Amino acid sequence: MADTPLLRLRGVTKAYPAVLANDAVDLDVMPGEIHAVLGENGAGKSTLVKIIYGSVRPDAGTVEWRGQQVDMQSPLKARDLGIGMVFQHFSLFETLTAAENISLAVPGSIAELSERIRAASAQFGLDVEPDSRVQAMTVGERQRIEILRCILQEPKLIIMDEPTSVLPPQGIAKLFETLRRLASEGIGIIFISHKLDEIKALCDTATVMRGGRVVGVVDAKVEDARSLTRLMIGRDIAAPSHAAQRGDGHAVLEAAGLNYTPLDPFAPALKDISLTLRSGQITGIAGVSGNGQDALTRALAGEILQGPQDAGTIALDGVALGADTPDQRREKGLHFVPEERLGRGAVPIHTLSENAGLTTHHAGLVNWGMVKLGKRRALAQETIDAMDVRCGGPDATAQSLSGGNLQKFIVGRELALRPKVLIASQPTWGVDVGAAAAIRQKLIDLRDEGAAILIVSEEIEEIFEICDTIQVMFRGRLSPPVQVQTTSIDDVGLAMAGDFDALALKECAHV
Amino acid sequence: MSRLVIEARPERSVWAPIQVSLLAVFLTCLGGSVLFMIYGVSPLKGLDAIFIDPLRTSYGIGEILLKMAPLLLIAQGLAIGFRAQIWNIGAEGQLIVGAIAATALAIQFQGTTSPLLLPAMVLAGMIGGMCWAGIAALLRAQFNANEILVTFMLTSVALQLLYYLIGGPMRDPGGFNFPQSIRFDPAAKFPILIEGTRVNASIFIGLAASAIAVVFVQRSFVSYKMSVGGIAPAAATYAGFSSKKAIWLALLISGGAAGMAGVGEVSGPLGMLQRNISPGYGYAGIIVAVLGGLHPIGIIFASALMALVYVGGDFALLSVGVPNAVTGIFQGMLLTFYLACSFLLTSRIRWIKPDDLKQEAMAD
Repeated sequence: MADTPLLRLRGVTKAYPAVLANDAVDLDVMPGEIHAVLGENGAGKSTLVKIIYGSVRPDAGTVEWRGQQVDMQSPLKARDLGIGMVFQHFSLFETLTAAENISLAVPGSIAELSERIRAASAQFGLDVEPDSRVQAMTVGERQRIEILRCILQEPKLIIMDEPTSVLPPQGIAKLFETLRRLASEGIGIIFISHKLDEIKALCDTATVMRGGRVVGVVDAKVEDARSLTRLMIGRDIAAPSHAAQRGDGHAVLEAAGLNYTPLDPFAPALKDISLTLRSGQITGIAGVSGNGQDALTRALAGEILQGPQDAGTIALDGVALGADTPDQRREKGLHFVPEERLGRGAVPIHTLSENAGLTTHHAGLVNWGMVKLGKRRALAQETIDAMDVRCGGPDATAQSLSGGNLQKFIVGRELALRPKVLIASQPTWGVDVGAAAAIRQKLIDLRDEGAAILIVSEEIEEIFEICDTIQVMFRGRLSPPVQVQTTSIDDVGLAMAGDFDALALKECAHV
Repeated sequence: MSRLVIEARPERSVWAPIQVSLLAVFLTCLGGSVLFMIYGVSPLKGLDAIFIDPLRTSYGIGEILLKMAPLLLIAQGLAIGFRAQIWNIGAEGQLIVGAIAATALAIQFQGTTSPLLLPAMVLAGMIGGMCWAGIAALLRAQFNANEILVTFMLTSVALQLLYYLIGGPMRDPGGFNFPQSIRFDPAAKFPILIEGTRVNASIFIGLAASAIAVVFVQRSFVSYKMSVGGIAPAAATYAGFSSKKAIWLALLISGGAAGMAGVGEVSGPLGMLQRNISPGYGYAGIIVAVLGGLHPIGIIFASALMALVYVGGDFALLSVGVPNAVTGIFQGMLLTFYLACSFLLTSRIRWIKPDDLKQEAMAD
């Protein structure tokens, strides 16, 4: 390892109107080092990397690049120096294809790039179709494009903001292999994650942040998950308690023969999907994003497939939902937490009060066509209290909350009406450890009250942690359900790559 | 080092829309001053002629109220759609069709003294405007045809319809072939409110519409659903709010309001159907709605201001001798400056010194 750090930050400070995002932050990244930046949402990690990447300018402090002090005026400057970035919030043009998006940052014709993309896709296990449009892609696919775009720019320092949340286990291993190989060639990597086991597996050093400050620089290999957690959030967190199955397990929501062909030929279809959600059970749907999970949740929630029922049937407590709108389904007890928080689960510029009314208005919030403002505000306040949402109160706008806090609010809002069925898509995606644990515990509590829950997640550990049964989605098909106790992460990983037999065989063996 | 920063507002500000509107008015005055100087008129005199002179006489105030009535009504209707991102820019056409529908009744019941005639005409005007806007709603809801283009082009169609009717079926038989309808009977006209002016009772329709709009916007669930659909369509889909209903409602409400404004013209200062029934109220209403921050109260002030500019333009023509195109230029400047400043609705400008940063963050 060379003596001069690749990147050295001293006393970097950045204040926003309501918060001091970075307070005198120091950071050293050596060539060939994989350096973790660890912290809860709102700890200042994103601001820090934006400063390094030149998209936010610090109020004070210095940035040195290979021993020279530099003024990181813009991402262009950062890229010129050899800093690449994979953002947590994607910066892709929706109307362009994957290859076209990458061509905006990487020189070369579309045809050449498509070849390089295919080669890199295969090399790193990042499944991306160069000719398909971003519009039709899920969060996971978009992130894979971001990673590829960064790798193709051949940078000296790569910043990765929560890159693994969308990869299957085998893919994560492959990505780590790649990152290690890149590091061995002298490339520095800043790896931002909240998954402690990943940081331990991959990183050399971890800089832990809390409330905008660096609270520790530790050897990632030496520390254990518990000590890192304590450093990160300042206290221990309880693992979700998972009682034995409750209720009689009767079928609450039954879907049969769902077929859906989207208008966009590149968007995933649904192929003859049948699914039963039972009282007192959490069913987890594993799979790499973009295999039809989005269409499945939309179909169950009533956003698509409302029309003629040759597309299949969905019944709640034995009564067909037919052409019910999402609103009507919610009234019957079927609630949904979507994966996009801002713009779908909540209206960004509306206050939390107004957002509380988005899905709960049939609980006596509307009288003679008029919204009961006081009652809506009270509901927002109750949700804030029940979920420990850190915010400026019911009048704060949704966009002023951190991702984790907004997600807690949205989950709390859906829980407030005691749903019979709750569908949650990526409930803890991009959410800090503390908030994620709180959300999972709330889901388990709801299950213990006898609700039927469906969780779509790309975090296979999450599914194993809280689900009772697992089903895997691959290219629009859904595997048969297996009990969590009778399967393993490896088997589910194989099924995520299309080998449903890996699950089915186990199931037979236990029957 | 201290510097000027533009940053997002952490909370929604009640004052921001008012600040932006006042800033737009201030910049318009600056721009207007330049314009007056080019004409060799003292800027102070020119601005005085436009903004102050009309307020000095009861005639001037009457004229302002007269012009405010249709602007207010149209803008309140349009704003409801604009908040839902449904852009009806054809209020001018809906106004014309509303006027035609009311005129049909006035001709049909010529000679009557029934007090029911005027209300019936207002209703007919509203339905006429709704039907005209309904065409755009149908095309948008069923075929996803852009409502901006459809409403705009339907205005041209409405004009041709007007020209045809007053040149033929609706022409006054005793009117020496002038392209205009009969003069309306007193029963078909709004009563004059202030002796010696032209201001009539149609202003009450605008004020009533404003009162309804305040309640509708701040309290009604329908308005909430429409605003969600406008700001975050994915959230509306997720919640299960129908976008088609929002399209129909937005266009029918704004069309109906514009249609009633048309009745206010033919049953008010004009007293008949003729070629020029609106000096562009339908388009000025768009400016009023935007300038009022799409807020019912703001729109009341914005419509008064815009009416003042209309009347002031005429005053300036007489007193300082500038062409009355000044009216259009001032209206255009108001809208342009408002849009240019509208980033201040969601952002704010602040002068910061590094020392302040920490203290401020600590205080928070």
